[in-house]
Amino acid sequence: MIPTKFAYRRAASIDEAIRLLQESGGEAKLLAGGHSLIPLMKLRLSEPALLIDIGRIPDLRGIRERDGLIEIGATTTHHELATSELLRRLAPVVSEAAAEIGDPQVRHRGTIGGSLAHADPAADLPAVMVAIDAEIHLKGPNGWRTVPAESFFQDLFTVDMQPDEVLAAVKFRPVWHAAYAKLHQRASHYAIVGVCAALAIENGTIRSARVAVTGASTHAQRLPNVEERLVGRQPTQAVIDEAASVAGDTLEDVNSDIHASEEYRRAMVKVFTRRALERAVARA
Amino acid sequence: MTTMERPVLPKLIGARVKRREDPRLIRGRATYVDDIKLPGMLHLAFKRSDVAHGRIKRIDTSAAEAMPGVVAVFTGKDLMALPGATRPVGARGTYAAKIGAGLPPMPIGTPFPSPDHYAIAPEVVRYVGEPVAVVAAEDRYVARDAVDAIVVEYEELPAVVDPELAMQGQPTVIHEGFPNNLALPYVPMGTGVDPATGQVDNSAIDRAFAEAEVVISQRMVNHRVAPNAMEPRGVVAHWDAGKEFLTIWSATQNPHILKSMVAAVLGLGEHQVRAIAPEVGGGFGCKINIYGEEYVAAALSRILERPVKWIEDRSEAFMATIHGRDLICYLDIAARRDGRILGVKMKLIADIGAYNMLLTAAIPTLTMLMASGTYDIPAIRCELTEVFTNKTPTDAYRGAGRPEATYFLERGMDMLARELGLDPAEVRRRNFIPKEKFPYTTQTGAVYDSGDYEKALDRVLQLAKWDELIAERDRLRAEGRLVGVGLAFYVEVCGLGPSSSLPTGGWEHASVTVERDGRIRATTGASPHGQGNETTFAQMLADLFGVPIEHITIEHGDTGVVRQGIGTFGSRSQAVGGTALMMAGEKVRKKMAKFAAALMDANEEDLVFENGMIYVKGSPSTGKSFAEVARYAYVPVPLPPGLEPGLSEEAFFEPPNNTYPFGAHICMLEIDRETGEPRLLKFFAVDDCGNVINPLIVEGQVHGGLAQGIGQAMFEEVVYGPDGQLLTGSFMDYALPRATDFPWFELDRTVTPTPVNPLGAKGVGEAGTLGSTPAVVNAAVDALSEFGVKHIDMPLRPEKLWRIIHGRGQA
Ligand SMILES: Cc1cc2nc3c(=O)[nH]c(=O)nc-3n(C[C@H](O)[C@H](O)[C@H](O)COP(=O)(O)OP(=O)(O)OC[C@H]3O[C@@H](n4cnc5c(N)ncnc54)[C@H](O)[C@@H]3O)c2cc1C
Repeated sequence: MIPTKFAYRRAASIDEAIRLLQESGGEAKLLAGGHSLIPLMKLRLSEPALLIDIGRIPDLRGIRERDGLIEIGATTTHHELATSELLRRLAPVVSEAAAEIGDPQVRHRGTIGGSLAHADPAADLPAVMVAIDAEIHLKGPNGWRTVPAESFFQDLFTVDMQPDEVLAAVKFRPVWHAAYAKLHQRASHYAIVGVCAALAIENGTIRSARVAVTGASTHAQRLPNVEERLVGRQPTQAVIDEAASVAGDTLEDVNSDIHASEEYRRAMVKVFTRRALERAVARA
Repeated sequence: MTTMERPVLPKLIGARVKRREDPRLIRGRATYVDDIKLPGMLHLAFKRSDVAHGRIKRIDTSAAEAMPGVVAVFTGKDLMALPGATRPVGARGTYAAKIGAGLPPMPIGTPFPSPDHYAIAPEVVRYVGEPVAVVAAEDRYVARDAVDAIVVEYEELPAVVDPELAMQGQPTVIHEGFPNNLALPYVPMGTGVDPATGQVDNSAIDRAFAEAEVVISQRMVNHRVAPNAMEPRGVVAHWDAGKEFLTIWSATQNPHILKSMVAAVLGLGEHQVRAIAPEVGGGFGCKINIYGEEYVAAALSRILERPVKWIEDRSEAFMATIHGRDLICYLDIAARRDGRILGVKMKLIADIGAYNMLLTAAIPTLTMLMASGTYDIPAIRCELTEVFTNKTPTDAYRGAGRPEATYFLERGMDMLARELGLDPAEVRRRNFIPKEKFPYTTQTGAVYDSGDYEKALDRVLQLAKWDELIAERDRLRAEGRLVGVGLAFYVEVCGLGPSSSLPTGGWEHASVTVERDGRIRATTGASPHGQGNETTFAQMLADLFGVPIEHITIEHGDTGVVRQGIGTFGSRSQAVGGTALMMAGEKVRKKMAKFAAALMDANEEDLVFENGMIYVKGSPSTGKSFAEVARYAYVPVPLPPGLEPGLSEEAFFEPPNNTYPFGAHICMLEIDRETGEPRLLKFFAVDDCGNVINPLIVEGQVHGGLAQGIGQAMFEEVVYGPDGQLLTGSFMDYALPRATDFPWFELDRTVTPTPVNPLGAKGVGEAGTLGSTPAVVNAAVDALSEFGVKHIDMPLRPEKLWRIIHGRGQA
């Protein structure tokens, strides 16, 4: 597993990373945890001439609470998410989903920024970010830009990000009644189907509902017909079952491979939507 | 002599001694092939076919050759010195002259007819991953880049993927001279088959089926898996032109076979080749075979007069290292309503891939040999057909033919039990070969050495608390859960084997030397690559000589150090290699006793070797230290009459027969009704491998075997697309089980020694893969019994199970 020749630079700051990206004329790639990029390079599916390591930029790492928002730096690892006391208290779904990623090695190297920027159709965190309505904070040559997660993910490995931009952080409001349910692909442990449900429940009524799916299609996306069947109603089993029963019906390009046919994936979207909703509601 | 306090050394045979190998392996201090670096060494990389079947129209190596750092590029035609070669192999004037025609087709180890198979395909490629050219370059990165610069144009031919279509010559024929892709058209075995003439008399088997009150018939597939040794293959070859001597390091299970075969293919004498298997990171059978890359490396070192290295990467390992299994069975069982089996028919179709490798053709014959399992079956008929397809060749993979037999038969036993409404343990019990009948000759000609199957069955039923387990299953089912219990019994043939059963010879060799200071160096022709023989063999010698285990080194894996050997496969190291070691050890001990007797003026028969001393039984205080006697043997003044100086002996052990270990596995498995995901809840295994030297190591071997057997049943599968493309070419798609996929393994043992070697040890390296696979599938079928399912082909993919549960038909 030998990649093509590349140069390596370590960026000391976000701005330096941006400058190096600009200078490279599209031949460079940012290197975070390397757990998506390096395998692609070893398979020679990606052949960047320069790797710009952003792994040691202090500003990019860490989990904070500021002005009522939770802020996670891009190079925060999945392991840090999974074990964060702050997240367990204020947004446990993020911790729980991160704990379902790959295996310990992957979680200790892979980062949230890398996962979102890469936008693998079977990655877990994109669905979570869409469901909890996170903002993606990007910095480029012209400064800062904010994109809602929902519109960030556009297509297969395609996001709303310029080649000279750096994904710096994600921000979202604390969210309690949210849960992630995942069917593991047994070789890679990526999601065959993963569903994240985030609800606001007030006085026994669902005030708002955001449900997002990953693994099923080209990219993480909401399931609007499920959400419609939840808002304004009480979170009973009957309501959950009814909402889950239409999950995925709006999806157009459903994946099919040796691990799961389209038919099976569609059925699993319903099962895992129901499981995510049940867990979101059950959180005491 | 003042008597010093001497520690009392514990007896080590039978003790749970920790593996002496592990500290260096765990701490990264072991030397693997890739750790070997020689001055001036070149690196090889292979250009491999990306089509399953095609005729090479053109290969353009010019861009690759022009790259800085590239020393040479050879195509198949070049290296084989075939018409159309662009590069004369004698470019440096040394090679062609010596071996004349270039590299010949690769030899195989079975007597069956076989198409020519070149290390690098000269004209036609027949599987994805087959080499078409090799680059030698100054470093590995350049070599790999140069591979991408080689341009190959193919005339694509239809890919032969389905073995049952292939047998009808569809969609095409892969090898000239092998009509209908039949590598072995028809080999019968069993009742009424005369092995000498091949004449077949059907009367007994026909009668069994005519008299049957119940017949079970099922087509089953024991699918293709990839061995996945943790260390991929690798080779370093160094031709010393001055001495005209080749040293070859390889990740192999059998350096002595490698030596012989490399010498033969390169036209050298065996005295001109030294083969070294340094630390080898697992093999599971896939490193028995001698591969094209090894011959090419040796040839290139000779042509280029520089050392060369090739290290396989994981992507290559998936497509260019042999695969295992891949057998279709049409099984018929004739029985009475009381469960007694009257006859068994197995029609076997082996999809062997594109070529015959070293043992390819022989592996499925072991399935026939073991078709009787642990049962007293009066009539058996096996028929085997081996078929070429455009896939990676198959060969030995942990269990090699025996797990397939066990799987088919044990699935059949469960189907029979279900059909008759009998307890699966009871049906097996009613058919067991009774212990009085050993040695027992099966209808397929295997001579089982020893066995007590009822005892192992009783032990596993007790271990699993069978009745409670069934009650628990029923309780969980009442809650709506899909839970099943599976039982499987197995017997395997190992300790290979008398020389009549192996073309290489079936013996093993050992030497034992007591050095001048009383420390012991022993060599074994077994070539352990994870089995732990450095520990078990040292345990045996420690007890034999009464010395600390720390004073003993077991050397292996180097034909320059180990004079003779066969290697490690077929669970033979302990039974055959261990016995050879004891024989050599006993010779040395006997001679040492003579020296001690002379020194102490004692009778050699009265001497005891214990606690680092040699003394007359009953009077340890007047003994001599082991080291003192050793010293005397090397400076023998005076030399006792009739003795030569020194303490070094060797021995060959030829076993009179194979050994036949056995056991029983039980598991409980749950299937998620909504998703079809299977999960193992419990696993129990009772294995009988005869006498045990080290229970810790035996349990480790069982654990590994279970992981691979369960892995095949639940997760692992090599999948090819209809165009012959490999769809499971990485661990992202080829599912290996992980520790978290297993419950705690509850293990126990019965001990039925074998009479075929003095140790009474049978072998345990492969056993775990035999019972576990059918036990798991039996449990899955049991779990889904409410849906009327009779059989499920492995692996237990969630979608497959979901389709059964939800009545969705086939994908
Ligand atoms: C065996 C294995 C199993 C896995 N299982 C799972 C799983 O179950 N679920 C799952 O979700 N993922 C899984 N992953 C992927 C893992 O989570 C990756 O770590 C993650 O997808 C990418 O993060 P990274 O930090 O490794 O990014 P890298 O590999 O370093 O980068 C990935 C891509 O994103 C770009 N990039 C990285 N950071 C930034 C940034 N801050 N701004 C802009 N661009 C950036 C890089 O240039 C590159 O193109 C698995 C990976 C492996 C190897």
